Amino acid sequence: MKTNFLMFHTITRIVSFIVLSFSIYLFFAGHNAPGGGFIGGLMMAGALILLYVSFDIDKIKKVIPFDYTTIIGWGLLIAILTGLNSLLFGDAFLTQYFEYYQVPIMGEVELTTALPFDLGIYMVVVAVALLTILSIAEDVS
Amino acid sequence: MEILMIFTSGIIIAVATYLFLTRSLLRVVFGVVMLSHGVHLLILTLSGLQTGAPPLLTENADAYTDPLPQAVILTAIVISFGMTAFLLVLAYRTYQDHGTDDLEELRGNADE
Amino acid sequence: MNNIVLLPVLIPFIAGTLLILFRNYPKAQRVASAVVVLILLISAVHLLYTVYQGGILTIELGNWSAPFGIVLVADLFSTLMVLLTAIVGVTCLFFAFQTLAKEREKFFFYPFYFFLLTGVNGSFLTGDLFNLFVFFEVMLISSFILIVFGGSKYQLRESYKYVVINIFASGLFLIAIAYIYSLTGTLNMAHIAVQIAELEQQGVVNVAAILLLIVFSIKGGLFPLYFWLPNSYFGPPAAIAALFGGLLTKVGIYAIIRSFTLIFVHDISFTHNIILMVAGLTMFFGVLGAVAQFDFKRILSFHIISQVGYMVMGLGLFTPLALAGAIYYIAHHIVVKAALFLFAGATQKITGTTDLKKMSGLLKTHPALAWLFFIAAVSLAGIPPLSGFFSKFALILSGVEEGRYLIVAVALLVGILTLFSMMKIFIYVFWGAPSLQKQDYAHIKLMPLLMPIIPLIVLTISMGLFAEPIFVFSETVANQLLDPSIYIDSVLGE
Repeated sequence: MKTNFLMFHTITRIVSFIVLSFSIYLFFAGHNAPGGGFIGGLMMAGALILLYVSFDIDKIKKVIPFDYTTIIGWGLLIAILTGLNSLLFGDAFLTQYFEYYQVPIMGEVELTTALPFDLGIYMVVVAVALLTILSIAEDVS
Repeated sequence: MEILMIFTSGIIIAVATYLFLTRSLLRVVFGVVMLSHGVHLLILTLSGLQTGAPPLLTENADAYTDPLPQAVILTAIVISFGMTAFLLVLAYRTYQDHGTDDLEELRGNADE
Repeated sequence: MNNIVLLPVLIPFIAGTLLILFRNYPKAQRVASAVVVLILLISAVHLLYTVYQGGILTIELGNWSAPFGIVLVADLFSTLMVLLTAIVGVTCLFFAFQTLAKEREKFFFYPFYFFLLTGVNGSFLTGDLFNLFVFFEVMLISSFILIVFGGSKYQLRESYKYVVINIFASGLFLIAIAYIYSLTGTLNMAHIAVQIAELEQQGVVNVAAILLLIVFSIKGGLFPLYFWLPNSYFGPPAAIAALFGGLLTKVGIYAIIRSFTLIFVHDISFTHNIILMVAGLTMFFGVLGAVAQFDFKRILSFHIISQVGYMVMGLGLFTPLALAGAIYYIAHHIVVKAALFLFAGATQKITGTTDLKKMSGLLKTHPALAWLFFIAAVSLAGIPPLSGFFSKFALILSGVEEGRYLIVAVALLVGILTLFSMMKIFIYVFWGAPSLQKQDYAHIKLMPLLMPIIPLIVLTISMGLFAEPIFVFSETVANQLLDPSIYIDSVLGE
C-alpha cells in the first residue's frame, strides 16, 4: 500500500531547516551563553532523524552520503588537536586562547580555541546519535 | 525546596530500581535512563539549590551560582547518553539473537 | 610544565582516534598499533623513572589552578600501575595478532583496545574524583565493546548483565560524588582529603566512604559483588580476557587503595576493619568457586576474585609492610594473571576447547607450553622463589605482626586451595595420554603463540629472584601512600 505523507513531508521540509539553523545558532552561542557542541549536535541529529523518518532512509542516504564512523574519527581528532595545540606554546594540555577581532559586517567577534574543540564534539555527537538510531532502524530481519 | 527535590530524586531512583528488577530487557534500559536522571537531580540538589546569576563574565550580579555541579551534570548527561545508546543496541541484538526479551529465559545454565 | 604526565593518556587516545579513520587497512593497523604500544611502554618507563628520581609530578589541565581545575597526578603508585598497564597492553596486543580472526579486526578492535588503555591510564593518573568517574566510563564503554567482540549468543547475554551492573555502579559512583561534594565543596582528591580531615561529622563521611567502597567493589570484584565477573570474562577471546583479567579489576582496587589511603583515613578502626573482613570473604569464596570449576578460563576468572582479596587485605591491615606486600602482589598478579589467560588462549587454539575434561596429554606434544604454564601456575600459588611467594609472605607476616590470626589462616588456606586448583589444570590439561593426533595440531605453530607470553614469565621469575630491590621499591611506594601529606602538598602546592 502506498501511503501519501503530503502534510508530513511539507512540514518536515520547513521544520528541519528551522531546527538545523537553530542547531548552528546553539553551536556558536555555546561559548558565553547556554548552548554548545553537545546540545547543537543533538539538535542537528534530531533534524536529520526527522528527515530519515519522513522520507525514506535510502533516499536520504543518497542526499547525505557521509560515513558517520569516519565523522566520529575526525571529530575526535579535531578536538584532541585543539588541546594539543597548547603544548606548542609550552602551556598545559587544553589551555584555552582567545582574542577579539574586528570582522566586517559582524563587528567585534571573539575567536577562541574552544570553538574548534566544540566543533569536534558537535561532529561526534551528531554521528554517534545517527549511527545508533540508524543501526537499529536499518536492520530489517 | 531541597527536601522536596531530594524526595523527587528518591522516587525516581526507586522507580529505576523497580525497572532494573523487571524481566524485560527494554525496561532495564529505561531503568538505566531513570537512574541517571535521578542521580543528576541529586547532584544538583546536594550541591545546594542556589539562586543567582549564571557564572559568566558578562553578567554583573551580586550572587553567582556554583558552576561546578552544572558542569559535572552536563558531563554525566553526555556519558549516560553514550551508555544508553550502546545499551539499546546491545539489548536489541540480544533480543534478536535469542528471540526473547525475557531475562528469566536468558539466565543460562551453570555448565556451558 | 610536566606534560609527560599526560603522555600515557594521550598516546593511546590519539592512536585510537587515528585507527578509527584507517579501519579499512588491517595491515597498517597492526603495524601502527604495535608501534604505538611500544611507544606507550617507553613513555611509561620514562615517567616512572622521572617520578622515582624527582618526586610527584602534577599537571593542571588548561592552566586552571589546583582545587578548581582538573589535575593529573603521577606519584609512584600510579606510575607503577601505568607501567604494568603498558606491559600487559604490549603482550596482549601481540597475542591478539596471532589469535584474532581476520574478519573481526575490521570491527574496531584496535581503536577500542587503545581507548581502553586510555581509560585505564587516565583512572590511574587523575587527581580529581569526577575525572576518575569520566575515565572509568571511557574504560567501561571500551570494555563493553571488547567484551561483546565476536557477538556470540553467550557473549551477548552475559555482556548485557555486565553492562547493566556497571552502569548501575556508575550511578552509585555519581551519588557518592554528590555526597562528597556537598560535604566538602570540592572534587579534587587532595583538597577533599584536607577538607574531610577538618570535618567533625564522621558519620556522614563514613556513609560516603562505604558508598565509594561499594562502587569500587563492584568494579574490582569484591565479596559479595563479584557475581558478574566469572561469566562475563569467560566470553571474549583470550587476548581480551587476559587484558581484562590483568587490568580491569585492578583499576577498582587502585581506586579503593587510593581513596582509603588518601581521603578516608579519619576512622580507620571502622572502615579498614570492614575492608579486612571483605578481603577475607572475597579470598575464601573466590577460591571455592575456582575449586568447583572444570573450565580453564572460569577457574582463572574465579582466581581473580580470590587474589583481589589479598590486595585488599594489605589495605585492611594498613601497615607499611602490609601495603608494600599488597603493591608487590598487584604487580605480581597483573603479570601472572595475564600470562595465565594467554596460556588458556594458546591451549584453546591448539585443542579447540577450554573444558578441562576434554583435554589431556599436552605435556607430550607441547612440552614448552606445559613447563612455562607450570612456572606461571606455581608462581600464582605462591611457591618460592617466584614472585607470588614473596608478596604473600609480606602480607602474611604483617598479618601475624598485627595479631590478625583469622585473616592469616584464611590467606594460608586460600593459598593451598589455589595450588590445588592450579594443579588440577596442570593434571587435566598436560598429563595423561595425548588426546590430539599429530595432524590436528601440526598446522598450529607454537612459537608465535608463546612469544608474547615468554616476557611475562621472565618477568615473574625475575620479580622473584630480585625480590629484595623490588620489595624495597614497594615499601617506598607504600610509605608515600601512607603519608597523604606528600600527595596533598604536591597537588595543592603548599
